[in-house]
Order: sequence, then structure tokens, then C-alpha cells
Amino acid sequence: MSSTYDTVAGIIAETADIPRETVTPESHAIEDLGIDSLAFLDIAFAIDKAFGIKLPLEQWTQEVNEGKVPAEEYFVIKNLVSRIDALVAAKAA
Amino acid sequence: MRLEYFEMIDRVAALDLVGRRIETRSTVPQASPVFEGHFPDYPLVPGVLLTETMAQASGYLVLAMRSFAEMPFLMAVDRARFRDFVGPGAELEVEAHVAHEGSGYVATKARIATGGKRIADAELRFRTMPFPGALAERMRERARQIGLVELES
Repeated sequence: MSSTYDTVAGIIAETADIPRETVTPESHAIEDLGIDSLAFLDIAFAIDKAFGIKLPLEQWTQEVNEGKVPAEEYFVIKNLVSRIDALVAAKAA
Repeated sequence: MRLEYFEMIDRVAALDLVGRRIETRSTVPQASPVFEGHFPDYPLVPGVLLTETMAQASGYLVLAMRSFAEMPFLMAVDRARFRDFVGPGAELEVEAHVAHEGSGYVATKARIATGGKRIADAELRFRTMPFPGALAERMRERARQIGLVELES
């Protein structure tokens, strides 16, 4: 997997205090890893700092709550990593 | 300050919405029920209340930045340090600034000094949410009392 994935998986494991090997690309942050919304804000802070971006969590949450986007699109780790890569690329452009 | 009522900020001395920074002032009261236990015959402001003081200064900054549209709730305290004792009558100079403005949260760095000497600092994070109930008006009222609304306008 990418260096983005390694960084994100490390952040999730450390911040949520779960074994690193528990985190896989297919893991759903909420359903599989048991990360709640408050813990996800901690993770978002660490990701924001590590990548110099601003994860649009409020927008994502709203889209999921309104049924516009399935939660998997944002909260399955491999999809989260893709979103981060896109945000980093957009910032660099 | 009214420690037992968690009124930690006496007045806002400066507010910079562009630089996202605030300065506040507080005077530790000569007497408080808090000092009866912390500690008997040796009154000291507890570190948790110094943390609360830094959190409230940060919180008023976030309130002003968001024009009282959202309420910041303390969600994390990192790297808190208490470098000296704070007792009755101490004049506290509190400074806080935004370190990162995320989506749904704000991170600040804050410090307390007396007479220019640093006595406490911490990195704080706040979850920002719509105001529950009638809290917004209460917060505005308190903000008016400490001069925040005046500086904001």
C-alpha cells in the first residue's frame, strides 16, 4: 500500500489505541474499528497536521446523514486514503 | 474570577480576528471555597482551573471568530504544563491563538502569565457544534460582561 495508507493506518492505530494490525485497507473506521465521532475528530486533527490539509468532515457527515453518499465512501480506510491523496494533490495544484 | 462558578475570564483585553488571537485578564480572588480544599492553609488555583481558564479564553476567541453561530466544547488537552504556583490575588494574563481550524473542530495554543512570567501553557482542541437550547444568549450575555462583544464589533 501507499505511504499515505501507512501514515493513516498508523495515526488511526495510535489515536484510537487499537493494534496496528487491526487496521486494514478494507476496515470501516466506524463499523469495524469502533471509532466514534469524537475519536474521529482526533484522527482528523492528526491527518490534517500530517498532510497539511483540512479534511471536510462536516461536509462528509452531512452527505452521509442526508443519504447522498454511503458512509463507506469516506470511512473505509482505502477510500479515506484516496480522499486524502486527492486533497493533497488539489492543494499542490 | 469566580472559581466556583467557572467564571474564569474577567475581561477581554485584545481581540484580533484576522490573526485569530485573544488576550484576556483575570484576578484570582482572595477567597473561594475552592481554596478550602486546595489546599488547607496553602491556597493554590488547581491546574484543572488554569486549564479551564486557557480553554475559556480560547473558547471566547472561537465564539467571536464564528460570530456566535457555534459553540466550542473542549475535547482535548495536550502538552499542559504548570510552571509555577498561582495563589489568591494573582493577576493572570491569558493569551490564546488558533493553531489550526479544522472541519468541526478548532485547535488552539494558550498560555497564562503573571507579570510577564509564563506560568502555564497548553494545546487545546474544541469540537464546534450548533448551540444547544438557550445557551447562545447566555454566552452572548457573558461575552458582553467581559467586553468581548464590544471588541468584536
